[in-house]
Amino acid sequence: MTLKLISIRNLMRRKGKAAFILAGLVVGVATVVGIFTFVEATTHDIAHKLEQYGANILIVPKTENLSLSYGGLSLGGVSFDLEEIRESELARLATIPNHRNIAAVGPIVLGVASVESRRMLLAGVDFKAAEILKPWWRVGGRFPQDDEVLLGAEAARALGLETGQGLSVNGRNLVVSGRIELTGSQDDQLAFLTLATAQQLFAKSGKISMVEVAALCKDCPIEDMVRQIAAVLPGAKVMAIQQVVKSRMEALAQFQKFSYGISAVVLFIGGLVVLVTMMGSVRERTEEIGIFRAVGFRRSHIMQVVFLEAGIISALAGVFGYGLGWASAAAALALSGDGHSGPVAFAPALALGAVVLALVLGLVATVYPAQMASRLDPNEALRAL
Amino acid sequence: MSYIVADQLGKSFGAGAAAVHAVSGLNFRIAPGEFVAIMGESGAGKSTLLGMLGAMNAPTTGRLHVDGIDVYALNPDRLADFRREYLGFVFQSFHLIPYLSVIENVMLPLAVSRQGSPEKRRRAQEALAEVGLGGKAGRLPGEISGGEKERVAVARAIVNEPPVLLADEPTGNLDSGNSREIMRMFQRLNASGMTVIMVTHSAECSGYAGRVMRLSDGRLKTDRRTAVSALRRAS
Ligand SMILES: Nc1ncnc2c1ncn2[C@@H]1O[C@H](COP(=O)(O)OP(=O)(O)O)[C@@H](O)[C@H]1O
Ligand SMILES: [Mg+2]
Repeated sequence: MTLKLISIRNLMRRKGKAAFILAGLVVGVATVVGIFTFVEATTHDIAHKLEQYGANILIVPKTENLSLSYGGLSLGGVSFDLEEIRESELARLATIPNHRNIAAVGPIVLGVASVESRRMLLAGVDFKAAEILKPWWRVGGRFPQDDEVLLGAEAARALGLETGQGLSVNGRNLVVSGRIELTGSQDDQLAFLTLATAQQLFAKSGKISMVEVAALCKDCPIEDMVRQIAAVLPGAKVMAIQQVVKSRMEALAQFQKFSYGISAVVLFIGGLVVLVTMMGSVRERTEEIGIFRAVGFRRSHIMQVVFLEAGIISALAGVFGYGLGWASAAAALALSGDGHSGPVAFAPALALGAVVLALVLGLVATVYPAQMASRLDPNEALRAL
Repeated sequence: MSYIVADQLGKSFGAGAAAVHAVSGLNFRIAPGEFVAIMGESGAGKSTLLGMLGAMNAPTTGRLHVDGIDVYALNPDRLADFRREYLGFVFQSFHLIPYLSVIENVMLPLAVSRQGSPEKRRRAQEALAEVGLGGKAGRLPGEISGGEKERVAVARAIVNEPPVLLADEPTGNLDSGNSREIMRMFQRLNASGMTVIMVTHSAECSGYAGRVMRLSDGRLKTDRRTAVSALRRAS
């Protein structure tokens, strides 16, 4: 015979009440777990997509008469009248505090040349970085090597060239290594060369026109990285490309705030359910508590009995609440079908958190009923019966 | 030697003109091993007095000493410990916990003690055997008769082997056969050295006691040692 046995026996007898308290807590905990899991998975997903959106920081020379559209590639014709950045300066990017967040650095050399008697914009790029910087490229053929050229869809159509055919650029003979399928961006009108070939063609050896940088920035603010890069490249202008991703992140943050608000309300209601039910239960048990006190239980013993009951239910609620919340989040993610692949993994820390949350909520809501029980006057409690 | 000493012990409810003096200024002493019956009309203050003797009902005047302890000077925790160590209670309406088995009900006062479970069980079995219920340890209170419930209540009251047993109309809900059983049990416990203080309406029951205190309007009307009890004891 222990206090624990009394608690367990009472719970077994009042299964309906116990189930009611359990349900109140489970709903609260499941809501929090569900929302947390959903937000976490979605954030993870977006962060993953962030990488697929390619460059999000642009480094261009400081010039005054520049009208920049996307990436500084304005076909208006002024933008390649640029001062150049030295290629060697790019090594400094590795020295910024957040250099680990740099996924790819893509130097670009821009120039206008006569191609088969047309004036065309050519771009020398580092194709090793292209996979990260231009994830939307679908290349037919392969990436060019020196003295080869990769044509945008529009450029290829205008020139009427197929892979393997030759063309003359500023009097130099190049071979078409492949073409990029229609992207809907300026890339469609461009011809891409290796960095070295472009530098030779435009007599810009060791120089570059602009740099695209892909920063993996789930947690670090992109503005910070912009500032850090600007500090190591004082001669250049560093800009963050505002992207869809950013607005999606903002929408998610909005949802997060909203749903945490909802969780707080649901938790509060769960706590109220516990409080009210426990108070009713204490009132019902007036006689019992009177007996406990008469046979010599201290007030603290009465509180122990009540808290033990609340604790047992709460721990169960934590486990069930985690399970239910996890299942709900998995279902919601599957329904939203937002490109999230694979099942949501079991998160031990979150499961532990759910149990702790349920315990804290259940026990806090029980403080008042437990005190009420412990303050019952045994003489009054037994006289009334 | 006095074991229980009431000194101007009184209790009133309410204040001013509306105050009810349930018990007013009682002085008495009870020696260890006495068997006392408290009698009186309904509303005379018997239960109030027993509650005060039982460390459950703080008096509004006077003091109570038990075994040299100024009972109501104890803090709430010590008061609970005092009840556990010194007193056993038997109530008219049994007051068993419905969801605990007979033996668990008997073990209740041991729930907060440090003994191991086997030891608690052994003591409870002993107490049950004492009241002749050794065979019904596993039943729930709902599954036994009224007379048996009262015996479980007695077993629970004596499981701690307290020096004092307090009973408020222990036979109030029992037929005469069961009442007699309970009284014989009290007599046996008293013979083994336990001080018994019992509130009763029944003249027959009071006949088992060695001393009868009669209350009226919260005052002690008579306080007699009886010869009858000696006869009963002998029988
Ligand atoms: N808690 C209480 N509040 C108010 N009045 C009480 C309380 N307890 C007892 N009384 C009053 O004190 C008097 C004595 O009651 P009680 O001791 O129960 O009498 P008895 O047990 O002799 O029938 C009665 O008038 C009763 O109404
Ligand atoms: Mg009474």
